[in-house]
Amino acid sequence: MKGFLYKRILQLIPTLLIVAIIVFFITRMLPGDPAAVMLGPQASAEDIAAYSEKLGLNEPLHKQFFDYLINLATFDFGNSLTYNRPIMDLIIERFPNTIILAVSALLLAVMIGVPAGIIAARKQNTIIDYSVTTLSLIGVSMPIFWLGVMLVLYFSVNLGWFPATGMGSLEEGFGSFIRHLILPSVALATIPTAEFARIIRSSMLETISQDYIKTARSKGLKEFKVINKHAFKNALTPLLTVIGLQFSGLLGGAVLTETIFSWPGMGLLIVDAIEKRDFVVVQSTVIFIAVIYVVINLIVDILYKVVNPKVNLDSNSGGGK
Amino acid sequence: MSEPILSVKDLQIEFKSGSIVTKAVNGVTFSLNENESLGIVGESGSGKSVTATSILRLIPNPPGKITGGEIIFKGKNLLTLSNREIREIRGNEISMIFQDPSTSLNPVFTVGNQIIESIRTHKAVSKKEARELAIKMLELVGIPAPEKRIDMYPHEFSGGMRQRVMIAIALSCDPKLLIADEPTTALDVTVQAQILNLMKELQAKLNMSIIMITHDLGVVWETCDKIIVMYAGRVVESGTVAELYKNSLHPYTWGLLDSQITESQNNLKPLATIPGSPPDLSFEVKGCPFVERCPYAQTVCFEKTPQLMEPTKGHAVACHFQTSDQKLERKEDAYFDGSTT
Repeated sequence: MKGFLYKRILQLIPTLLIVAIIVFFITRMLPGDPAAVMLGPQASAEDIAAYSEKLGLNEPLHKQFFDYLINLATFDFGNSLTYNRPIMDLIIERFPNTIILAVSALLLAVMIGVPAGIIAARKQNTIIDYSVTTLSLIGVSMPIFWLGVMLVLYFSVNLGWFPATGMGSLEEGFGSFIRHLILPSVALATIPTAEFARIIRSSMLETISQDYIKTARSKGLKEFKVINKHAFKNALTPLLTVIGLQFSGLLGGAVLTETIFSWPGMGLLIVDAIEKRDFVVVQSTVIFIAVIYVVINLIVDILYKVVNPKVNLDSNSGGGK
Repeated sequence: MSEPILSVKDLQIEFKSGSIVTKAVNGVTFSLNENESLGIVGESGSGKSVTATSILRLIPNPPGKITGGEIIFKGKNLLTLSNREIREIRGNEISMIFQDPSTSLNPVFTVGNQIIESIRTHKAVSKKEARELAIKMLELVGIPAPEKRIDMYPHEFSGGMRQRVMIAIALSCDPKLLIADEPTTALDVTVQAQILNLMKELQAKLNMSIIMITHDLGVVWETCDKIIVMYAGRVVESGTVAELYKNSLHPYTWGLLDSQITESQNNLKPLATIPGSPPDLSFEVKGCPFVERCPYAQTVCFEKTPQLMEPTKGHAVACHFQTSDQKLERKEDAYFDGSTT
């Protein structure tokens, strides 16, 4: 286990290095001169040239690249060009908001998707099963930007139950905080809910037909226990994989959802930065998100071991002992 | 003799797949006394496993359905019990072990967890007491260092040891009847004998009856008192092991006997086989179900289905000739058609 952890953490270095390289060159290839965009259409050529100089954009590319790597290695993300603040501060300010939204959407998705999938598998080929599979097919193919707008139209504009945009702070009271949270969470949870239901349905169907389920029944266990203990724990592995992927996706900032609901999270930060050609922010946040991805993947790998004692982490992490 | 502990009467089981109905078990009748062991023999698809699984009502429904008959256990018809009542019997008064111990234990729970779960389902004992009992059970089935092994997962055990664990689970609540569905088929030959001996030993120790489902007649000779031979969902012959070993009457039983591998098997002689395969039970079987493969078949066999009758007391057979005066003479080379080597 320990060996596995060390090895996995060492493996993060090349992964993140590759991410850093790709991000650096892609942001440099973005159309539009950052200095020109930031100074606006009225800016003179001299001003733009001076500002480019200040940003270091006139340096040779390889020098820019090495400076950038050194800054990354020392966790110095630099200052945002538009906000004029350290990027680290921006991330620290925005990331908790994204966590709140992501966790709430994930909980919603697990609480609805997993039981729905289990019930569908238990009642295979019945109307219940068909409803769950149809709904989840609709769910995974639902365009979020459309659903989000519809939710706002119906629940905020027509019914006036929930605020249309923004995030309630806890100082305004817990009620307001929750009411702001509900619509974006529902919108964000739609696809994961549907996906969890589909995954758990198919893996439950597979485990329910296994011999150990017959054994569990032959022991006189209640059907509830047979399904929710014996079958469910075996069906968890594929679910964990998808939960991990979805959660790291959600933490990376739900760009569409945050934009629709003006949720001040990472997604909104990135979209803003892209619009304003604030390439320093784009590049730092993307790298930050990459780190989130790999860390969550690592956690999922460790959870495999918890769920399935047959998983041998030390030999799974590629060669050697 | 006292009342039998289990008696199955005219059992009928169907499997439905779309509009196709397969009569997997058709009129099976047998009974079993206390401390007795019964072997149910037949090839794949003969309905032996389905019969045994139906006793605890473990046939997946749909597609399977028990459409008729009775299963009387200690005076109660198991087929009419409520779900709760049958659960109280499962694993408690009647236990079951299965063919492949590598798939019949749940891979994600320790063996201790799986034994303790069974104990605590049926007995009002504390976790600690259940654990002690579980260790005792593991010791009883011959697992070394049970205090340590109890916290291990099934994949950390060998095949034979896993089957021992299954037996420990099955016997943890002192059942009166153990149903063993091909308990040695998936095991190495050397381990098979160990498991069979263990079961015999435990039967004597714990006073229980055993139903042993197998396609291996050798297993029956070694471990059972009574035997029923099934073919195409019916009983074609039944009697005591001693009687059938010497005086079997049904041509199908002869075929099974001939196709056993014995120590004295002459290497140059081809292994006997019963040509063909059992009839498709999704169609009405006309005449004797074995007729297509029977070397002794005559016109009457194609027309009439033979009933199970007892030409001698305690020995029943379903064959037109063996129940009348015109007995068949067993031909030594009936199943050597020479085409197989």
